[in-house]
Amino acid sequence: MLKGIKILPNNPKIDFMGLRFVTYIISSLLIFGSLGFFFFKGLSYGIDFKGGTIIQIRTPAPADLGTMRSKLSALNLGNIALQEFGSPQDILIRVEQQKDTEQGQLKAINLIKETLDTDTEYRRTETIGPTVGAEMVSNSIQAILWALVAMLIYIWLRFEWQFGLCAILALVHDALAILGLYSIFGLEFNLTAIVAILITIGYSINDTVVIYDRVRENLRKFKKMELGKVLNLSINETLGRTILTSSSTLLALFALYFWGGEVIANYSLPILVGVAVGTYSSIFLAAPLLLSFNFKVRQDDDKAVEFQNDMKA
Amino acid sequence: MVHIARWRLMIVSAVCFFGVWFALPNFFSKETLIRFPSFMPTEQVNLGLDLQGGSSILLEVDLSNVENEYLSSLSDEIRRQFRKEKIGYTSFKVTEQRLDIMLRKIDQGDAAKAVLRRLGGSDATVTLEYNGVLSLNLSQTSVIERKRMTISQSIEIVRRRIDEMGTKEPSIQQQGENRILVQLPGVDDPAQVQTLLGKTAKLAFRLLHPSVTADQALKAHIPAGTEILSVDGHHNRGAGPEKFVVQKNVDVSGEMLIDSQPTQDEMGGWAVSFTLDATGARRFAEVTRKNVGRPFAIVLDGKVVSAPVIQQEIPSGSGRITGTFSLKEARDLSILLRAGALPAPLRILEEATVGPDLGADSIHAGKIATFVSVILVLVFMFLIYGGLFGFAANVALMMNLVLLLAALTLLNATLTLPGIAGIALTLGMAVDANVLIYERVKEELKNGQSILSAISMGYERAMATIVDSNVTTLIGAGLLYAFGTGAVRGFAVTLSLGIMISMFTAISLTRILILLWLKYFGQKKLIQQKKVKNA
Repeated sequence: MLKGIKILPNNPKIDFMGLRFVTYIISSLLIFGSLGFFFFKGLSYGIDFKGGTIIQIRTPAPADLGTMRSKLSALNLGNIALQEFGSPQDILIRVEQQKDTEQGQLKAINLIKETLDTDTEYRRTETIGPTVGAEMVSNSIQAILWALVAMLIYIWLRFEWQFGLCAILALVHDALAILGLYSIFGLEFNLTAIVAILITIGYSINDTVVIYDRVRENLRKFKKMELGKVLNLSINETLGRTILTSSSTLLALFALYFWGGEVIANYSLPILVGVAVGTYSSIFLAAPLLLSFNFKVRQDDDKAVEFQNDMKA
Repeated sequence: MVHIARWRLMIVSAVCFFGVWFALPNFFSKETLIRFPSFMPTEQVNLGLDLQGGSSILLEVDLSNVENEYLSSLSDEIRRQFRKEKIGYTSFKVTEQRLDIMLRKIDQGDAAKAVLRRLGGSDATVTLEYNGVLSLNLSQTSVIERKRMTISQSIEIVRRRIDEMGTKEPSIQQQGENRILVQLPGVDDPAQVQTLLGKTAKLAFRLLHPSVTADQALKAHIPAGTEILSVDGHHNRGAGPEKFVVQKNVDVSGEMLIDSQPTQDEMGGWAVSFTLDATGARRFAEVTRKNVGRPFAIVLDGKVVSAPVIQQEIPSGSGRITGTFSLKEARDLSILLRAGALPAPLRILEEATVGPDLGADSIHAGKIATFVSVILVLVFMFLIYGGLFGFAANVALMMNLVLLLAALTLLNATLTLPGIAGIALTLGMAVDANVLIYERVKEELKNGQSILSAISMGYERAMATIVDSNVTTLIGAGLLYAFGTGAVRGFAVTLSLGIMISMFTAISLTRILILLWLKYFGQKKLIQQKKVKNA
């Protein structure tokens, strides 16, 4: 009945606990590397946070960026950045926030429209004022912090506080990795980045909880077994599922990245990295970290009862 | 024997049937939908402006001056009343939520107090101090109430202005405390909208000072009851003065206007005609009769548009504003005057416009990406699980997509470009619940359970894990919705719906599919296994 290709070993027995110092070092490098880039190189904030205007245009023939750039720079609108957006005919123009707020921005757009060739197609313009930008920064930070707090509380209630703490450490690791990705590659840090971070956190916690669930069950089943062995067993038992789910999610994200168009590609790339990092951190960080704590698992909750019911059925 | 509870079968079938039923219109074009019989649903998913093309503008009502403006217009009335009752005063001072009047004679205090009480209404407290300072304080509730009024009036005026422009299906909503979100499907050049919404359009007809010119006033002193206003640079033809000494007293204001149209003057230039209501016409007639030969100013948003000399009494209550208008400007101004002045200035916080072609391209790319991701995941699941489980998981996956579409349609949710990304992402994650269950079932089989009990135990045990892991992801999606706006919210909505639907399909749909298969095709297998066990 259960046919299909066996791409996974039937009974994996990988010593994850033995590997943990190696992965701790990798993760520390990742965390401190990200923080270092964040503090020394910083992020290149997009208009969502900084305010300003983007204009996406399509020209009838491949555009000459050099000429276009010098023409637009002559307008004296501050820093104007031009970038190819998906094809040589599609150009993204970024105009910084003008000093004389809204009317200034409107004037700037009109000036650009007057300067560019008349057969240019204006596909998209977006203007964000500085007040909204500041608000978005604060909303985004709040969203991420509250997400972490809410998940900590949920896991604490469903498991033990040690589980919650380890899970959150792994999540912070994931969030910092995404931040690092943006800083290292100088990707434009917009609301999409916040979405990517929240999705990564959401996905990573999902993976972590599945492993924790098995840890809790195995702790009850094998009361005499060492914690390290229980953790190893649990990770190995859930490894098949972890890899399968991550693979199918990554497949879907690849489809988005390659066929979804330029805007969707911007969404899916950081999420793609996030899913990979999240899977890694659940296996190599969230679970092994539990070894640093001594704890007992509550015996008197629904899980134990459920087990008996199953036997009767 | 394989037993499936009848109620369970019925509920699952019903959900699937209605899912297909309500998702159906999304697979047809609008033209085909018209030919659908009347009992069929025709509602499709709402597309966000980033997909259908259009312009969205976020405005903020500037409430910082509401109190001051109210207090200064109240001051005008009080002054007029004081003059009538011959109450002397030396100064009027407006500070935050408070008006201080210095009286000339303390014995007129009670009379003055009565005037303030009457004009200030019930929401103000009036106090008189011994040094002759009379103060009027606005109560906190009245301040809040006035702000609320200002916002709802602003929304009304914005709506009128947009309607005057003839936009199709505009949506104008209040957002947060003092913001207005204007969404205009199909508008691909927002410049006109921005110009129209960026102007307060406060119109006033005010007399000029009969003799003092602006230069004289600036050198000596500004005559009492007047102020110096500059000419709207655009309408200055180069010959006239740059500034005028204009009386503060407003004779006729824009609120008394009932119609306004673009028109042409004798020279063929563009002008704006206006018609006043009965009160306005009466006042206009009175002012023009008394001041023949004197110049008056037409003031728009604190700038002089033109300053003609009154030739004769104008009894009809209609007239013309001339300047150096282009046709477009004349049309815009007449729209503004017809729709009325904004009670407070609006600021444009955010503006986004997507052209119709980009929207169509995005929909196309989104469809292809979703299609490819579905195919990839289907093939993947089939390769990994093969046979029955692969089939059941894939049916569940397709049902997921259908139910998600149906839910978005029924909830009247708006599908945005990031929302499409959310759909494809949930399809990838949707297999998770299935995978969890199957891996469990496999383990139970390995432990020597019969197929039936392995299935039942696999489902029961996977449940807690599925719920725990999905609740945590839902928390993330919920916060994305709470703190996000627009497109980000669209993403959060599809993601949360997708997660919940995938839980439903994995827990109930696939289970029934597998049990059904075992019931009708799997007898041999079950018997075989029994024999092996017995042997």
